[in-house]
Amino acid sequence: MATTLERTIEHRQQTWPAALLASQTFWVLIAVIFACIFLSFATDSFATAKNLYNITRNVTFVAIIALGMTLVIITGGIDLSVGSVLCLCSMVLAVVMHAGYSIEVGIAASIGTALLIGAFNGVMIAYLGFPPFVITLGMLSIARSLAMVASNNTVVFQFGPDHDKLLALGGGAWFFGIANPVLYMIALALLTGFVLRWTKFGRYVFAIGGNEQAATLTGVPVRRIKVAVYMISALAAGIAGIIQTGWLGAVTTNIGAGMELQVIAAAVIGGANLAGGVGTASGALIGAALIEVIRNSLGLLGINAFWQGTFIGGATVLAVLFDRVRNFRQSE
Amino acid sequence: MAVLELANISKHFGAIQAVSDVSLSLEAGQVVGLMGDNGAGKSTLVKMIAGNFRPSEGTMRLDGAELVLHRPVEARKYGIEIVYQDLALCNNLTAAANVFLGRELRRGLGPLRILDHKRMYKRAGEIFRELKSETRPRDLVKQMSGGQRQAVAIARTMLSEAKIVLMDEPTAAISVRQVAEVLNLIRELRDRGIGVILISHRMPDVFDVADRVIVMRRGRKVADKPIASSSPEEVTGLITGAIEQV
Repeated sequence: MATTLERTIEHRQQTWPAALLASQTFWVLIAVIFACIFLSFATDSFATAKNLYNITRNVTFVAIIALGMTLVIITGGIDLSVGSVLCLCSMVLAVVMHAGYSIEVGIAASIGTALLIGAFNGVMIAYLGFPPFVITLGMLSIARSLAMVASNNTVVFQFGPDHDKLLALGGGAWFFGIANPVLYMIALALLTGFVLRWTKFGRYVFAIGGNEQAATLTGVPVRRIKVAVYMISALAAGIAGIIQTGWLGAVTTNIGAGMELQVIAAAVIGGANLAGGVGTASGALIGAALIEVIRNSLGLLGINAFWQGTFIGGATVLAVLFDRVRNFRQSE
Repeated sequence: MAVLELANISKHFGAIQAVSDVSLSLEAGQVVGLMGDNGAGKSTLVKMIAGNFRPSEGTMRLDGAELVLHRPVEARKYGIEIVYQDLALCNNLTAAANVFLGRELRRGLGPLRILDHKRMYKRAGEIFRELKSETRPRDLVKQMSGGQRQAVAIARTMLSEAKIVLMDEPTAAISVRQVAEVLNLIRELRDRGIGVILISHRMPDVFDVADRVIVMRRGRKVADKPIASSSPEEVTGLITGAIEQV
C-alpha cells in the first residue's frame, strides 16, 4: 500500500515528448517548417538571403506585440488598442525628435506614453471593473486620434539631429547580418519566457487566468498584476512602434491600423487561449511567423493578395480546431 | 487548552442580526461540526474567524491572545487556514503550483530570485504522502478527481504550521468514495493536533468525523455537545427548531 502510494505520487503522468506532441505550438512550428521547406523547392525566390531577411524582420513587429498580448490573454483579458498605441508612440517619438530633441528624449517620451496608456487601461479594468474589450476598444479610437492631433495628420520623415541614429536602430543589422528588429524580438521573447516560467509574477498571471477568485482568496495581488499586464502590452506596442519608425524612416497616422487583429491571431495560433490561463512566449513568435510565411508565400506563388485574409483566417481557425479536437478526445 | 476562543461574538449588517452572542471554544486536535440551516449564521461566524468580517461585538482569542483581523490574508499569518467551498483552485496550474499559490518558494538573491520548482514539487509530494492521498504534484488540477482536488486544497493548509483549519462544505457535490477520502484527510489534520471547524449540511459526515457538534439557528448557538451524546435526530430537531435548545 505504502509503495503504491509512493509510486503514484512520484509518477509523472506526462513525459516531455508526450507533452510536446500534445502542444498546439509544436504543431504550428512543424507547419511553419514544412511551409518553408515546400516554398524553398516550389519557388526560386523564397530561400534567398534577401527574402529571409525580409521575412524575419517583418515578423518582428507583430511578434513583439504578440508577446505582450499573450500576457494579457493569459489573464483572460484582451487588448484591442495595440495597433493605435503603436501609431501614437511612433508619432510621439517622431514629433519629439523632429522638434530637435535627442533620440534618448524621444524614446523616453514614447515609452512614457505607452506606459501611461497601459496604466490607464489597466486601472479602468482592474479597479473600476470595465470589460477589457470595451476600454481597449475605446483606447483604439482615442490613441489614433491623439496621434493625428500630435502630428496634425501629416507624415513625419525628418527626425532632427539624431535622424541617422534612429534609422540605424530600426533598419540596421549590427550582429551577423541579422536585422536589428529580429534581435530585439529574440531578446524580448527570452525575457517573456523567463518571466512566465520562473517568476512569481508569471505564476500569478497564469493563476488569474485560471481562476481569478481563487487567486484573490490566496492573497495574489490580482489588481496590481492586471494593471502591470496591460502596461506591458502597451509597452510592447510602444517598443514595436519605435523600431518600426526606425525601419520605415517615416511615420504616418495609419501605421498599425488593424494590427491588433493580426497580433491576436498570432497569439491564438501560437496556442494562447482567449478564455485565459494558457499561452507561451514561443507560441507568440511561432504564430507570428506562420502568418508572415503565409503572407510572403502567397506573394511568391503569385496568388492574388486578396486571398491573404482567407489564408490567415483559415490558419487561425485550423490551429484552434486542433486544440478543440484534442479537448474532445480528452473529455471522452 | 483551547486554541481558539470566541466570547459573546455578535455581528449585524445594518438592521440584520446575523450572529448574536455566540461563545465557543476549539481545542487543538479536535474536529467541531458546525451545523445549521441556510441563513443560520454559520458562514458569517466562520468568515469572522477567517478575517472577512469583523465582529460587531465580542472578542476572539487565539492561544490566549486577542485576535483582531482586518483582511483574510492576515488570518493565514496567525495559523488560521481556510478551505473554501468551491475549493478556490486554478485548473490550469499543477497541484504543486496550487498548493504554493501566494507563497511560492524561491531561490537566488534579492530581485533575481526565481521560483524553486524542484523544491515545491518535492514538498507538495511530501504533503500528499502525509495525507495518504494519491495526488501527483506535477498533474494539472483540471485532470483531477474531486477527492484529489480536496487533497490539494487541504495540502495548502499544511504548508505552514496551521493551528486551525476552517472547512466550508468540503463534502458537498462529490462522490461517495471521495467523501470517504476527504473525511480521512480531516482525520489526518486532527491527528496532527490541528483544530478543525467543519461546516456541513451532511449529517453522516459530521457524525462520522466530528468530536463535537455545534448547532446554530437564527444567529444563535442552540447546542454545543460531544457527538457521542447527541444523535442525528436531535441535531435535525435543533436545526429546524423542533427542539428549542439543549
